[in-house]
Formats: sequence, C-alpha cells, structure tokens
Amino acid sequence: MPDSSVSSIVNVNQLSKRIAHEGTNLTILHDISFAIESGESVAIVGSSGSGKSTLLGLMAGLDAPSSGSVTVNGVDLFALDEDGRAALRGRSMGFVFQSFQLLPMLTALENVMLPIELLGGADARPRAQRILERVGLGERIAHYPRQLSGGEQQRVAIARAFVTEPALLLADEPTGNLDSATGANVIELLFALNRERGTTLVLVTHDAALAQRCGRMLRLDAGRLVANA
Amino acid sequence: MTLALRLLLREWRAGELRLLFGALLVAVAAITTVSFFTNRVQLALSTQTNQLLAADLVLIADHPISTQFAERAAAEGLRLARTLAFPSMVVLGQRNQFVEVKAVSPTYPLRGDLSASQVLFGPAQDVRSGPQPGTAWADARLMQLMGLQIGDAITLGQAQLTLAAVIAREPDRAGDFFNIAPRLMVHIDDIPGTQLIQPGSRVGYRLLIAGEDKSVAAFRTWAAQRLGRGERIEGIGDARPEIRAAMERAQRYLGLAALVSAILAAVAVALAGRQYLARHLDSCAVLRCLGASQAALFRLYLVQFVVLGLAASVLGSLVGLGGQALLAEMLRGRIVAELPAPSLWPMLEGTAIGLLLLLAFVLPPLLHLIRVPTLRVIRRELGPPQQQGLATYAVGAALVAAVLIYRAGEISLGLYVLGGLSGVLLLGSLFAWLLLHLLSGLRRHARGVWFYGLANVARRRVASLTQILGFALGLMALLLLTLVRNDLLAGWQSALPPDAPNRFLINIQPNQLPALRDFFQNEKLATPNFYPMVRGRLALINDRPVSAQDYTEERTKRLVEREFNLSWAEQPRKDYEFNAGRWWRATDAQDQFSVEEGLAKSLNIRLGDRLSYDIAGTRVSGRVTSLRKVAWDTMQVNFFVIAPPALLQTQPANYITSFHLPSGQETLLNDLLRQFPNFTVIDIAAIIHDVRQIMDRVSDAVSFVFLFTLLAGLVVLYAAVLATRSERLYEAAVMRTLGARSRQLAAAQWIEFATLGTLSGVLAASGASFSAWVLAEQVLHLPYTFNLWVWVLGVVGGAVGITAAGLMATRSVLRVPPLGVLRALQ
Repeated sequence: MPDSSVSSIVNVNQLSKRIAHEGTNLTILHDISFAIESGESVAIVGSSGSGKSTLLGLMAGLDAPSSGSVTVNGVDLFALDEDGRAALRGRSMGFVFQSFQLLPMLTALENVMLPIELLGGADARPRAQRILERVGLGERIAHYPRQLSGGEQQRVAIARAFVTEPALLLADEPTGNLDSATGANVIELLFALNRERGTTLVLVTHDAALAQRCGRMLRLDAGRLVANA
Repeated sequence: MTLALRLLLREWRAGELRLLFGALLVAVAAITTVSFFTNRVQLALSTQTNQLLAADLVLIADHPISTQFAERAAAEGLRLARTLAFPSMVVLGQRNQFVEVKAVSPTYPLRGDLSASQVLFGPAQDVRSGPQPGTAWADARLMQLMGLQIGDAITLGQAQLTLAAVIAREPDRAGDFFNIAPRLMVHIDDIPGTQLIQPGSRVGYRLLIAGEDKSVAAFRTWAAQRLGRGERIEGIGDARPEIRAAMERAQRYLGLAALVSAILAAVAVALAGRQYLARHLDSCAVLRCLGASQAALFRLYLVQFVVLGLAASVLGSLVGLGGQALLAEMLRGRIVAELPAPSLWPMLEGTAIGLLLLLAFVLPPLLHLIRVPTLRVIRRELGPPQQQGLATYAVGAALVAAVLIYRAGEISLGLYVLGGLSGVLLLGSLFAWLLLHLLSGLRRHARGVWFYGLANVARRRVASLTQILGFALGLMALLLLTLVRNDLLAGWQSALPPDAPNRFLINIQPNQLPALRDFFQNEKLATPNFYPMVRGRLALINDRPVSAQDYTEERTKRLVEREFNLSWAEQPRKDYEFNAGRWWRATDAQDQFSVEEGLAKSLNIRLGDRLSYDIAGTRVSGRVTSLRKVAWDTMQVNFFVIAPPALLQTQPANYITSFHLPSGQETLLNDLLRQFPNFTVIDIAAIIHDVRQIMDRVSDAVSFVFLFTLLAGLVVLYAAVLATRSERLYEAAVMRTLGARSRQLAAAQWIEFATLGTLSGVLAASGASFSAWVLAEQVLHLPYTFNLWVWVLGVVGGAVGITAAGLMATRSVLRVPPLGVLRALQ
C-alpha cells in the first residue's frame, strides 16, 4: 500500500506506462505504487527490459505516464506542464547518468556551474570549485570531458548532481560504463555525499554490490513491482 | 542573457562554433565584396560608356544654350565643357574640302580619351584638351583628302589657323553614325573670328556635364523641366545599342557571380548550422533535465545565434571592405573611372543578410531541437521529436530565395537562378533517392569492404541525400563558374570575332553595287552582304496616327519623330531569333513586317498590329507577323523593321554594308572614296574597342569573384564531411573493436566517399549543364555549347575531391585506439 505520510519525499501511486508497439499496446509498467522517505537510499533492480529506467524517467518527470501519479515533495509532477517539471527538477533534483551526459563543449568546472547558473545563482564558480575539490578533481577543473577518463567524467557528473544540494538524487546505472575498481570509487563518493548532505538517493542498477549498499531494494520484473524490502 | 553569452564564450573556446562562424564569415565576406565590387565595376562600366558622350550628360540644342543651364550646373559643383559643330569649307591654297567643324572649350573632353598624333597614322598620345587658340586639328581622312601637313596654314571662314595635330581618337565621335564629312577641330574662342556663324546657320550646340552621380541626376531632373524647343538631354542610358547590349550582359555576368557565391554561402551556413544543432541534441536534453524550460532554452540559443551572427557578419563585412579595397587597388589605372568612396551601405546590407541567413537556417531546426525528449538522457536512441528533413529548411530556403532575388537586382535573373536551383534540388533529390535505392539493392550482392562501404551510403538515406545534395550544389556552382563561365564568356566574345566588321559603308546607290563588288574582289577583301535601305516615317499603328506625345520616354519620342531605316529580305539571316510569329514564305501575302522586339516594346507594337509608313510620299502598310531578337553587339547591319521584297523594292532605296578592314589598310578607304565619292564610311573600330574592353574587364571581375565562390565551396565540402565525422568515427571504432583491420576500414571509407562523390558529381554536372543551357539561351542570349569537361571534371572531381576531403576529415579513425573514440563520442 502506498505510504502517504508527510515525511515521504516521493510518492508513486498506481503508475502505469503503455506504449503502442507494432500495432499492439505494450505495457512497460503495471500499477506501480511505493513511497520513499526523506534521506532514504533506494535501489531499483531487475533484469534488462523490466522497466527500471522507465520508472526512473517517470519519477524525474522526464516522461509522461499512461495513468497514475508521482508526487515529489508533495507536488504532483504530472499536474505541472513540461516547463513546470523542468523548473521542479532544477530546484529539487539531481541526476547521474550511465553515459555521464556532460556537455562536451564545457569544461569540468563549467559543467558543474551550469545547474546553478540555470537557477540564476550568483556564486556558481566558488560552489562548483568547492564540490569539484570534494570529488577529488580540483586539479582538473579546466579539462574538457574528452580529456577526462570515464571515472573522472562520472565524478564531474556527481559533482554537477550535488552542487545545487537537491533533496532528491536520481542515478541511472551510475557505474554501468565503468570498470569495477573505478565503479567502486564512484559508489563510495556517491554514498559519502549522500550522507554528508542528507540527500534522498534513488538509483537504478544491475550492480548487486551497489544495490546492497542501499537501505531498500525495489525489484521489478516485467513491469511489475515484485519486491519492496 | 548573460548565461547565454557565457555559454557562447565557452562554446567558442571549445571550438564548437568555428565551422558555423567560418561559414557565415565567408558568406558575408563574399556577399559584401561582390556587392562593393559589382557596384564599383558597374559604375566604372557606365562611366566608360559615357566616353561616347565625352561626359555624363549632354545638353544638345540647335541654338546657343541659355546660360541658366551652365550656371545651375556650376552651382551643383559639376564640371562643364562646351562644343559646337557645323559644316563648312576648309581652304588651303587651291584645295578646298567640305568638313564638319567642331569647336571645343579647353575642358573638353570631360570623359574618355582624346588622342592626337604629330604624324599621319603615327603613334597617338592622349591629350588633356583640344587645340589651342589659333590652331586646328584634322582627322586622318581630312589629312589624306587634302594632302595636309602639320604646320600648314589653313583658312576657315575669315580666320587663319595653323594645323597642329592629327586627331586619332575623339571620344564622342563614334556616338554619331551619320557623320558625313571629315573632321576639323578648333578652339571655341576662334569661332567668332571665322564669322561663319550667322543667323540661320546649321549649328549643333552642346553643353557637356560631368560629376557626382547624385548631382548629375539632380541637374538632369532640374534641366528636363526647362528644356525649350530644339533642346534635349542625353545621358548614360542613351548610349549606342551596341554598348548598351554589352553593358547589360556584363551586369548579368557579375550578378550571376554574386548569386552563385550567395547560394554556396547559404548551403555552407545550412550545413554548419545543421551540424551544430545535431551536436547539441544531448546538451538540450541535459539542460532540460537540469531544469531549463523550453522558452529559456530557445532564448539561450537565440541570443547565442544572434550574437554569433552579428559578430561573424560584422567581421565578414570588414573582410569584404578589405577585399574591395584590394580590388580597387588592383584595378587602379585599368579603369579610368573615378570610383566613389565605399559607403557603409554594403556593410549594413551584408550584416543584415548574414544574420538573416543564419537565423533562417538555424531557427526552424532549433524549434524542433528544444522539444527534444528529455528522456534522451536515459535513452539515447530517442532522437529529436520529428524527422529533421529538408522540410525544416523550407523557411530558410524561402528567405534565401528572397535574398537571391534581391541580390540579383533583376527579377528575371533571380527567378531563373532560383527556378533552376529548386529544379536541381527537386530533381536532384529524386535522382539521388533513386540512385540510393539502386545502391541498397546492389549492396546485397557486394562482399567485404564493398558491402560496408555501400551499406554506409544506403543505410541512412536522408543523411546521404542531404550530403549528396550539399556536395552537388557546391560542385555545381564551382563547375558553373569555372567551365561554364569560360564557355559563356567565349560565347559572348565569339559574337565579336577579330574579323568583326569595323567599317560601315552607307549611301550606296543600287547601280553602284556591281562596281563595288569588283572593288572588294580586286582588293582581295571578302565581299560583304549589301542590304537595301528605305527611309520612312511611322505614320499609323492600327490606323491610329503615331505621335511623340503618346510616349513618355525621351528615346522613344525621338525614335517616333525621326525616319526609320526599313529593309527588305526574302530569307531570314541565320542569327535572327523569333520570339513571336515567323518569317514569311514566298506564298504568303506580302504586306507584312518583322519588327525588332526592343522597338516593339518601346512603341507598344504587338504581333498582328497594322503598321503604316510614309515613304517618299506614298503610304506602305502591313501587319506585324514576327518579333525578332537582334544581337546588336555583333556589329552586323541590323534593322528595326524588315519587309518582304515585294512590299518595299519599288521604293527609292540605297544600300548599306559593314565589312572588316584589316588595320594598316586604312588608305584603301581613300581609293574607295575616290571611286565612289557619294559613299560615307563610318569607322566603328572605337566602339568595337570599347565593347572588347568591357568584355575583358568583366572577365577579370568574374575571376576575382570566383575566388570567394571557391572558398565558399570549400567550406561547403568541409562542412558536409564534418557533419558525419563523429558518426563515422564511432562506426569505425565499433568495426575495429569487432576485428576490422585498418586497411579494410580505409577501403570501406574510400568506397563510401567515392560513391557519394561520384553521385554528387553526376548530379552537379547535370545541374551545371542544365543551368548553363538556361542561362545561355534565356538570360544571356547566346548559343549554348555542350562542354564534355563539365562531366569529366564534375564526376572525377566530385569523386576525387570528396574522397580526399572525407579521408582527411576522418583520418584519425585509423590512428586513434577504438576505446578512445568510443569514450570520446559517448
């Protein structure tokens, strides 16, 4: 049953996603409901094609559901328009992606400054610089993404995700493109920052070690929530 | 706003904007240089034509010209000269000769060259002014006819004058075909002393005026309202039809060169813009994910594009300004005209066009781009919301069309080029699509590297199509400019071969024809065609009396007032072209006329109209059954109106011919005139010289403009290859990961680029040939000649050039370790 207590930062309620595929309706998510408390760390796991990334995309308001709702900090995401959701993301969410998604034409520092600048913040540079130092890239702030290794790029992406101090951090396979040693470092960093800043962490992963580190696991199978523990 | 600028600066530092900036810079530089260039050259050409007036404007009267005109012109800051001309008799001892006296003020000529020599047929030197008071100059014919020597004391009326020089070239002499007598030139202050001008004397007075365009135009407007009886004004537009025709063609060539640069530049901007936006698909998704609204994203990019466009356009305009300064330096001394200081207008125009080009090509795709699904950050396979096809560029294309027509400065040329371009694009798309379809069938039978090479071309048909069209347009413009340009210029110049007629002979009586033919044969000159000439005044059009008041144009009024030269012929000459109707047959009714199309337009005569001429007191009527195009700049004898022999041959006629007199044989004319004293020889060598000079200058001008077009073409090729570079790198890296060897990869790429290049080449050669045909036949009115080199160079050049450019742009594929490529492109 959905937990609708006020301390929930995310409420997912009877969420379904269907798409038209070669003439038939393909259901990717079936009536998913759950809640996530503030400060929790939750892993969404499941095999390929189980609907993990779709669920994450809907929780971020990057896509629209066929039915059901998602509230973040009490705000119904799909009652907002596209731009309203963008503004909400800017204010209260951070993202880390499998493929890093750094802007290639911006340096590491500029990439991290960007979310603050988009919000109109004035102190983008010192804040970005501080967090880049925190993730261990103080020496590489002037480098372009192509000049950084995969692990370094993901650390820049993590710095970018935390720089606005979001209430909710969503990560999609954050270690998917990294070797295991680098991946382990990135996970350490992610959880350390999570602790330091009290952020709620939701991540999609295949990585069992990573999933184990989370306080709770949501398991999806063929679009259905089969475990919530 | 500030974020947009900061992002712009960052993107600039990262090198993201260089191609777009470069394309725009070249576009604007080409457009502004061409703009400056054509303006100045056109100005130079028109000033050159004024040589036939020896001024910018001439006020002509059959009585002394009121001083108000000279005073007004002086007040406008214009330069002035005065001439008067009248027939008289020159006496030296027992010999006397009827001459056309021309008296000139010291400032004559205002335009063009007056040159004189000290020895008959000796070397001539340009001089600043005419004869000093108390001296006279004679032309070569007068020298020969009277056996004059420099230093002879000749008598003109009551005055004694010393013969001081032989006139070699008189700038406004060629302007008057029907000069009958030889020339004697004297100082205007000597005229009262001759006492030759009495009430009733037939004297032509001329006030010559030259200066700034604006002042000349202002004076003309002012003076036109104050002209009295027997007074008229002639300006640039009233020059001889031969020169006008040459100038009009010259302007078309330059306009064409400008147009082609503009097209190429637009293609380069479109390709670079497309590439820029394609590379920002992910960035847009990330920015949306980070909280930017669509409107904010649009503003962000719009500000960036406007600032970028302004910067590139202003810089491009400055390059254009430099280019034209260089050009002015190049042409100094070669073009006599005084070029005006460059104005700011072409800069503003260039900047506006540059900005317009950029926004036209980036805004429509940008509107698509900002609607990129944000989910793309998780699911890369999601593209932009809709297929970014050619339709996105409809707005851009429409805007470019408007710019092109504006740049062409002439609706018909603009529409022709535009129609040609749309046709090439449309047919080209169809053609390329078919070829690609064929290819995708073909690749199933291909093996190894051929399979991958062809598969790459066939797989992304829209991308390949865009590239092929981009390449082909660039190539086509280059082909048009290099080969077709030469063909067109050669075609134009061949209309005026070295042995083009340079003398007209008029006043030949019918019974003198056999003796004249013998004369030509004896002197071993080719016997020319003799054309009968009947003089008649146009009395009625469709039985309505014709009056000068019915027409507004000065030139038309004069055409109506004077007598026409009519001719008759059984067969059409080979160079006649009929725009309407057809030439007569022996079995047709004989009361018909063939009318030159320009005259028909001026007088508003249509096919089927009934014209009546008064010829020596009788009225001759007929219907207009054809409208004929006349190539005036071939120096052949041409007539406005021709009739079947039966209609005119009973009328009093004399004959006219034109022939080529090889230089050095001028004394032959004296023999001719001794045998046929009633003939008049008209020397048109000066006109031919001027027409040739115009041709040469236009040739140079087009070559210069070609440099910019070449540069724009290179940017197009580079942009087109670069547009798919990352994709190619990625695919190659994947293939290398799968075990492909460098040699195989290189071969597959080689095949792909060569295929693209060959397809583009075929398309470009077809387009260039078709455009050349349309341009030759419809715009420049020249015979089209098929040029095999267009095909050879088009196809081979396309394949080789694009393969080389493609391999160069993707050479790193073979060097960079695949992991590096894969990681860099993620």
